[in-house]
Order: sequence, then structure tokens, then C-alpha cells
Amino acid sequence: MGVQSQSTNSRLRDLAALASGAKLSRLQWSGIVAAVVFGLLLPLLVSDYRTFQFTLVLVYGIAVLGLNILTGFNGQFSLGHSAFYAIGAYTAAIMMDQWEFAYYWTLPAAGVICLVAGFLFGLPALRLEGLYLALATFALSIATPQFLKYDHLEKWTGGVQGVTIIKPDAPFGLQISQDNWLYYFTFVVMLLLFFCAWNLLRGRTGRALKAIRDNPIAARAMGINTALYKSLTFGVSALYTGVAGALGAIAIQFVAPDSFTFFLSVAILVGMVIGGIGSIPGSIFGGIVIVFIPNLAEKISQAAAWAAYGTLLILFMYFMPLGIWGFIRMGYARLTRRRKAT
Amino acid sequence: MELFLQQTFSGLAFGGVYACMALAVVMIYQATDHLNFAQGEMAMFSTYIAYTLITWGVPYWWTFLLAMAISFVGGVLIERVIVRPVEGTSVLNEVIVFIGLLAIFNSVAGWIWEYTIKPFPSPFPKEPLFGNKFVGTHDLGVIGVTLVVLFAVFLFFRFTPVGLAMRAAAQDPASARLVGIRVGWMLALGWGLAAAIGAVAGMLVAPIVFLEPNMMGSILLYGFAGALLGGITNPAGAVFGGFAVGVLETLVGAYVPFIGSELKLSFALVLIVAVLVFRPSGLFGFVVVKRV
Repeated sequence: MGVQSQSTNSRLRDLAALASGAKLSRLQWSGIVAAVVFGLLLPLLVSDYRTFQFTLVLVYGIAVLGLNILTGFNGQFSLGHSAFYAIGAYTAAIMMDQWEFAYYWTLPAAGVICLVAGFLFGLPALRLEGLYLALATFALSIATPQFLKYDHLEKWTGGVQGVTIIKPDAPFGLQISQDNWLYYFTFVVMLLLFFCAWNLLRGRTGRALKAIRDNPIAARAMGINTALYKSLTFGVSALYTGVAGALGAIAIQFVAPDSFTFFLSVAILVGMVIGGIGSIPGSIFGGIVIVFIPNLAEKISQAAAWAAYGTLLILFMYFMPLGIWGFIRMGYARLTRRRKAT
Repeated sequence: MELFLQQTFSGLAFGGVYACMALAVVMIYQATDHLNFAQGEMAMFSTYIAYTLITWGVPYWWTFLLAMAISFVGGVLIERVIVRPVEGTSVLNEVIVFIGLLAIFNSVAGWIWEYTIKPFPSPFPKEPLFGNKFVGTHDLGVIGVTLVVLFAVFLFFRFTPVGLAMRAAAQDPASARLVGIRVGWMLALGWGLAAAIGAVAGMLVAPIVFLEPNMMGSILLYGFAGALLGGITNPAGAVFGGFAVGVLETLVGAYVPFIGSELKLSFALVLIVAVLVFRPSGLFGFVVVKRV
């Protein structure tokens, strides 16, 4: 197994080197500007309901990025990110419902709580590798809904019923709908988080994370504190997913235990694989997949969404293991190469 | 005391089911070095096949055997067709394919048989054996069938040439291939056997928890917990682990007030993490030394 897994690792490594180059090229800059302009104009072009869906795309994009930092860049596996998403969502809901905080205060709170929770879960996870980490996190996400229904927490969590919260209005007397305002709010948070992730991964820290992923023993020999980096990565990854959870709760205006089952973890995983493992911009494609594939599939059958997810997962593993973003990069590289040759 | 005995026996019955799942998990782990996250959903699917056979009027024990045979063939096919292309690439790729399988089985079952819960018959009589007060006949049956399956697995690996070949293929694939064992087919066989054992677990648990597409999620978790507790490298240890988890879970649920029946899954989570952190090889497993 060792030899072949190294080839996958080196493929991931190449992609990560490209994706997180220390400086952005002119092409990358123009791509980012175009994407941001497109993102800003989008709500003007579509209905309120579509805008709401695109808000969810951004939310899941952030969650996928969280998992990507952990899996794509640090090589740790998690099937338990639905738990951190749930913690973030419940933090937001409880703060708004019980203590009447404004919605924007819930994001830093959700982030900090998830950072701590992720760090603490990351500590025992240090001793676990690959498969066993997948198993422990699998247990975490199966246990989460039951924990949220727990009697003695019902005062805050609302038990099976969950918590309903109120959608915020646009501030400063802006004449835009609630959906549009929430979209812009999420968009700004998303840009900020993506910038932070890029900044974190492009330098010394990012190199340390990738070194741990590719060869933990060599990384330790080079003086990298693997234990600290691995559990901190788990924390940061949970922070991203938690903030996504809080944003998701505000957008949907409702949290309930059964929204955060194991299948949410699977959805985030699907988003990461299809968007592109180890790629920051690919995470947004992941968000698009998570939101729109079930919509398309449900036209065939209620149950078909998961079958579509599963089939896509397996097909992508066979034919496009680096996801949509990897495919775009490859296509671009091929195009430019041909131009130079002629 | 009476309550304690009752709880213990009902724990043993659940433990039997967990033990079957643990055994299936260990089978695949032995044959291919992986944990199959789709194991529970495969077992659920097998149980639905059995359900369909029963509604067609096939007698119970024929259904039991037929479902095992179909699951065996299905397991072999899944290994050959779906898992083979990613085998030996990386843990990440394999786990992703397993998760894909899980999602497909879950939703296809919902698609074909719908999400309403269905009763599943038990082959054992309703009235308790010898008029005892502690344990239902189905519970005893579950424990008995589990032990029979364990014994059969032991005989298969210990005394048949195919069992020997499978053990060789798992321990040292390169050398096994040199002495003429078809390692690829041994892996497929391992998947087939695991699917058949999973089917047994599904058919045993269905009369207790009712048949629905999500019934195996938590049971697979307990199966993993049992396999880890007993030692993932040791089938007998895994069966012991399964029974132990069943009894522990029931007793903790009954006697520790703040856990109750609601936090049982969290208990499994804590157990799994604790075993992995303090004794990763389990109680009876072998310590695997890795060369770097």
C-alpha cells in the first residue's frame, strides 16, 4: 500500500503547491476579481429564493473549506464534521433565542467554541491514524443528534423540537430584502475566511501542515511540533465548520437535532471530494454540489439524492480524484502547454 | 436481582447482534486491512431481500439461507466491481468509496421498499423457553446463532484449505501469490463472507428494532466498538467484545441515571475513543508493529 499511497500524496502535493503558491499570478488575481464581482451581482439577477440557495452555497463552501484544511492540507480524516457544524448552529440559535444577542455576535462565539471543541477532540485523535481517526469521528457524528435531544439540555436546545430564530433585517435602513442582506453578509464572511485560510496555508504553517501530511516522521525530525500542529489544525477546521453552522442556522432560521445526522458529514465530504481535495477555491464548487445536486435528484425520487451523492463520490474517485478544481487546472495546463508547443 | 438478570440477558441478546457485526467487520479487516463503513447498510439491504422473499411465501429457514447466499454473491461482486479500482491507493480514497456505497445502499433501499417501518418475523416461538422469566426465546436464539456462526468461522479458517489460503493472503500477499494463491479472489471471498455474516446480523436484529433503511447505523457503531474492544485482529475477541458492549450498554442505560437510554450512542463513542487511545489493539488483539 505504501508505494501507491505515496503517488497519491505526491499528486496532492503538486496540486497543493499550485493552489497555495505564495504569490498570486495576474491570472489568479483577475479570476478572483471576476468571481467577487459575479458574487456581488448575483442577487440582483435571481429571485429571493435562489438568493437564499446561494447563501447556503456559501455556507457549505465554508464548511467544506474547513474539512479541506484538515484533510486536504493536513491529511487527517474526519467523518464527524456534522458535529462541529451542529455546535456552531446551536450556539447561534441559543444565543439569539435565549439571550437575544444580535446575529453577528454569534459568529465569533461559534468560532471560538468550535475551536476549543475541535482542539479537545483533536488531542486524543493525535494517537489515531487514518482509518481509526475516521472511525472515531464516525462515532462522533452518529452520536451527535442523540446528544442534542438529551433531556437535561432541553431547556436550551429545545429537544426534538429544536429552536426557531428570526431572520435579521438589513441594517442602516438599506432597502434590500432580508434574503439579499443575508447573502451579502455571508459573502463578506466567506471572503474573509477564505482569505485567512489562504494566508494560513501559503507560508510556514501551511508547509508544516503539508509536511505532516506527506511524512509525519520526517516532519517531526525537522523540528515540527506535530502534536500541536495536528490538534490546532483540528481546531481551526472545526472553527470554519462551526462558523458555517452558525451562518446556516441564521439563514434557515431553524435548528433541530435531525438536521445534523451522519449524512451531513457525508454531504460535506462529498463537497470536498467533488470540489477538489486540497484546493481552496474548489470548496465553493463543493458548496454548489451540496446545495444543487439534491435539488436535481429529487425530481427523480425523494430517495434519489443520496444515491446521486454516492454514485458521484465513487465516479469522482475513479475518474477525477482531484475534483472539479483539479480538472479545471489540468485542462488549463493542457491548453497553455499546447499553445507554447505550436 | 431479577431486574439485573433480565437486563443482562437482554444485553446479551443485543450483544449477539453486535458480535455478528463485529465479526463481519473483522472479516473484512482481516482480508483487506480496512474497516468497511458500508457494512451496516449492506446488512440492512440483505435483510430487505429476506423480507421480500418472506412476503413471496418462502419458508423462514430457506429465506435465511437464500439471503445469506445472495449477500455472499453481492459482497463478492461489490469487491470485484466497485472496490477493486481503488484498492491499495490510499486510505482516504477507500473510505470515500465505502461512504459512497453506504449512501447508495441507504437510499436505494428507501427507494425500493420506502421508509415506513416493517415488522420482520422471528423464527423462534414467542413464549419463553422452559417458562423462565428472564429471557425471551428470540434473545436466546440470537445468542445461539451468533455462537454457531463464530464456530463455523473458526472451523472454516482452521480446517479448510480455502481458509488457510485466505489467512495467508491477508498476512503476506506477496508470498501467498508466489505459492499460487489467487490473492485477489481471496479478498473478494472475504467480502462475500462478511456480507453473509452481516446478513445474519441484520435478520437477527430486525425482529427487535423493526425493519427500516436507517436501522443499522447505530448497530454498526456498536459493532465497531465491539470489534475494537475485543481486538480487531482477533475474530473470537471481536465476538466477546460485541457481547461485552451489549451488556455494558444495557446495564449503563438501566443503572446510570444521567445516561439513560438517550445517551447510549455517546457511551459507544466514549468507549471507542477510550479503547483507541489507551489500548489500540483491544483486549485480545495482537500489537501490530509498523516498520518505518
